[in-house]
This record gives sequence, structure tokens and C-alpha cells, in this order.
Amino acid sequence: MSNKVLRIAGGQGFYGDTPSSIAGLLEDGIDYLCLEALAELTLAILQKDRARDESRGYTRDLPVYLKTAMPAVAAGRVKVITNAGGMNPAAAARVAAETARDLGITGLRIATVLGDDLFGRLDELHAATASKLKHLDTGAEFHSAQGDPRFFAAYLGARPIVEALDAGADIVITGRVADAALFLAPLIHEFGWAWDDWDRLAAGALVGHLLECSGQTAGGNFSGDWSSIPEPWSLPYPIAEVDADGTAIITKPVKSGGRVDFDTVRHQLLYEVADPSSYMNPDVVADFTTAQFEDLSEDRVRITGVRGKPATPTYKAVLAHHSGWSGEARAGFAWPYALEKAEATAAIFARRVSDAGYEVAEWRFEYWGVDALGGAVPMPESAGAAEPREVGLRVAWRCDDEKTAASISREMVPLMLSAPPAGHTTMGRAASGSTELLEIWPTLVEKSFVDPGVTVTIQEV
Amino acid sequence: MRISLSELCGYRSGDKGNLVNIALFAYSEDVYELIKRVVTAERVAEHFAPLVRGEVTRYEAKNLLALNFVLRDALGGGGPSTLRADNLGKTFGCTLVRLEIEAPDDLVAASRRSHPDTGWARSYLASLPQS
Repeated sequence: MSNKVLRIAGGQGFYGDTPSSIAGLLEDGIDYLCLEALAELTLAILQKDRARDESRGYTRDLPVYLKTAMPAVAAGRVKVITNAGGMNPAAAARVAAETARDLGITGLRIATVLGDDLFGRLDELHAATASKLKHLDTGAEFHSAQGDPRFFAAYLGARPIVEALDAGADIVITGRVADAALFLAPLIHEFGWAWDDWDRLAAGALVGHLLECSGQTAGGNFSGDWSSIPEPWSLPYPIAEVDADGTAIITKPVKSGGRVDFDTVRHQLLYEVADPSSYMNPDVVADFTTAQFEDLSEDRVRITGVRGKPATPTYKAVLAHHSGWSGEARAGFAWPYALEKAEATAAIFARRVSDAGYEVAEWRFEYWGVDALGGAVPMPESAGAAEPREVGLRVAWRCDDEKTAASISREMVPLMLSAPPAGHTTMGRAASGSTELLEIWPTLVEKSFVDPGVTVTIQEV
Repeated sequence: MRISLSELCGYRSGDKGNLVNIALFAYSEDVYELIKRVVTAERVAEHFAPLVRGEVTRYEAKNLLALNFVLRDALGGGGPSTLRADNLGKTFGCTLVRLEIEAPDDLVAASRRSHPDTGWARSYLASLPQS
């Protein structure tokens, strides 16, 4: 096996992350730039995008990332792997090709991975399994009466990405794949790791998990000594230097703020993890409790000893089904009796909504606030510590139909003049419209059902 | 003495569907052994009763000096379905460290975490034109 060290970077942690951080990664020198764009919530957003316009359904900031990265890709210095395809990888690949043309770049090989989208195969799946899908957490069976399915996607593994890289792809665009697979795939491709080399695959999956949430490994969302993180306004994104044997050093660009140490690394290692001794990945089950950490100082943490267990015969898949429509409204109330005023207004509002004939299936009342109203003007000593200076009221509701959900917020507006005193309606944000609610319904699907539908296509632009 | 976990531990929480996990981090083996003994799944379930309907499972990660709690039926339906402002459970870690435990005085004296110093933020904000 080669003794080269591969440098892999996590350039994106979600749809909405900042593309500005990848310039620092590219400048520092990396072999692979992996852009993780999809959360469960993101798929719901992209599904709605695609429902409105068939040419959408991918994360629309992809061209911004590619404009920065493509010159380095064209120069052969780096390859890009991303799940920005979301609900429509083919459309994302078209946009990538357009971006290359706009930049006057030719000769790039762009791969598209399809087959994660199982929405059109739901009936086929029911027929094949001769039973209802079972909820991953509760074991309950899925009934369409719970709400119309809106999307259904499997978390594919590293295999199709490796296939694309083996075929010479410079940019790989997928839909729903396990986040860590974006990072594991280039390691398998470069080092030739076997598909049953469980310890190395586990090491790669662990590295992927540490890189998939961008700033969260370099001092972001960090509960440790967070106020002393250097230059938190330009937090760098993380880099892993990985050996052929799976040993990894987690670090960050040399010229940057942020921090990488054992504390920031362990914070990320358990993020959105259930059993740390069985981190479920399509290609391996990794035991994070076996990893050993060595703080090398200067923002470098070495990780060794990761053990893995055989992959399971199933993929995790998420089905999302309609679960109603929501809307919300806000109002602010100042001392004295801020909370009492807010509660009374909440009750008056809900009663008016009911009297107007609107059906509400579920309410949510929240009370917020520090110093929007009255600022730093001192409170009287007689005011006890328990008396809030102000309360922001946020009311949210779930309705069966869209129009009702959208109409209800209107009932808050008249309360500026007709409710308990000094209600500052809307708290600076005009509430209107409605949002479709989608319940995420995780399940498992046999790989043997999914894999025949997985395709890798490569176009040269 | 009685002390909240916020004085001793770090935390991070996140979501998967309607499930939230919270990692609780100790900064020494002694504190890890203490929280392993007293911050049980039952205790956490009781603490979260107003927010969480389902069961709580606890996992240990000695190599990280961490406990990991998985809370089921925890988000009022999950990210794209819940009416809650914190639709992704990002603040559940903060809610966990409200929990008070009994800890030996000498351990607290040796392990109490420093308060954040955000003087840099205040002075920067003060330099801006504000209304």
C-alpha cells in the first residue's frame, strides 16, 4: 500500500452554509473537497422546490461553490464530491456543466449518481416485501392515512461514488447518500481498501463524520471554552490527513482562526449519533468507542485504533409524509406584568381564531425576551428578579388545510389596539403565509432492492 | 454540594427525525465517573418529562469522557413537522445541563469550568453605529 497521505476537506455542512470558507481550504492544499449539503429538513425543502419547478430540487448555491473550486479542479489539483443533487442530481449536474462553460473550463468529467430516490418505487417495495414499511425507531407500520408521502430516499453508501472516481470523475454529484460516504469514498478509491476491511472503512467513516458538519469540528457550536476560540468570525472548515492504514490527523488551514483539539473533535464525534459503539453507515458499522486520540497541539489531533464491524444488508431510508400546514405570529410585551399580558393575549388570540370558525389541530405558545423593549433603562428595585423585563410571544399552529393556516395570523394584527397594553405586534417581523409540515419517517430498505436501481453516469464538459 | 451540570460539563445536541441525542462531556476522569454514576437514563427522562414523550437511552464513551443520551419522541414530530421554535433540538444540550447533581466539594473546586469572557464581543458591538 502506498504511504501517501490524502488531504480531505469538509467544505460545507448544510444548505445555507457559507461558500467563503472553501477558498481557505483550497489555498491550504487539499486532494478532495467534499460538500455535504443535505439534512433531513433540506430534503423537505428541496422536494418542495422540485414540486414547484421540475428543473429544481438541488441546492441552489452549488454554482457558487463550483465557481470557486473549478479552476483548481481543472488544474488537476482537487476533486469535488457533493450530495448537492438533493432531490434532483441530474439537474444539479446540468448546472455544474453550465458553470464550467461560464468559466470557459473544458475537459472536466462530471459524474451523476442516481438511484437513492425511491419515491416512484413505493408500491413496488410494498409488493416486494409483502408487508408495510416499519418505522426505524418505533417499529410502527406505515399507513398512507398518516399523510400523503412526499419523498422517499435511501441513504446510499460510498460504492457509486467510488465507481465514479475509478472511472476518472473530477466532480461527483449525488442525491441522498450517507453524509460520511462522501468522505469515505475517496479514501477507498485512493487506497484501494477492500469492502470487507472493516477497521479501515470504520476509520474512514469516522473521519467523514468529523468533516461533514464543517465548522462544528473547528470551534463552531462548541460548548467548551467557546468564548476564546480565535477569530470566530472567520471560522475555518476542517481537513483530515489520512494514511493508507486509516490513521487520521484532523486539522484546519494553517492561516486561519478557529481551533481543532480533542475537545472540539469529541464534540463533533457524538453529534447526531445514537450508539457510539455502532455508528451505522451503509458500508460499515463503526465503533467510535475504540478510537484513540492524541492532541498534537497546533490544531492537530491524531486518531488511531478505530474498529469496525460488518455492514448490514439494509440502507436507512427516509420517507416524508404530509402532516398539515403551519403558520405563526408574534407580539412583544413589556414590564410590568409582561408575562401576564402575553398569556392573556395568547388566550384572546386563540379565542378569536376559534370564534372566526378556524379549525386548529395543534397550538404552540412560546414566551421569549431580554431587552428589545425598554433597552437598558433600569428597572425599579421593587421589581423582583422573577419578573421578566419583557416577553416576546410566539404562537404557532397546525391546521389541516393551507388556507386556514395562512389566514389565522391576521387575527393577531387587531390586537395591537384591542388587547392587553403595549403589545408591539409582530416583533418586527410581519407574520403571514403558511408552511407545509412534513413528518420524517425513517425506515430500513434491503440493499438488494435499492442497488439494481443505482446508476453512475459520467459526462465530459 | 448541589451543582448544575452546566458548571462541570460540555454538551452538544442534534436531531434525527423525532429523536434527539445529547452528548455530555466531562473534563476529567473523576467527573466522568461521577456523571456516569448519577446522570442515569431514568434521571434524564424525568428531567425532560415536560418536553419529551418517549424513552431515554444512555450510551457510554469512556474514550471521549462522554455520555450520550438518545431521547425518543422528543421534538413534537421532528424538524420539518414540529411547531417548536427549536425545531432541530439544538438547545437540548443546554436544557440537560440545567440538571442539578450532588458532587463532592473538592471535586467541584477542582473541576468547575470558567465563565465565558465575551468582552471582545461587547467592545466590538460598542464600536458600531447603533440606534
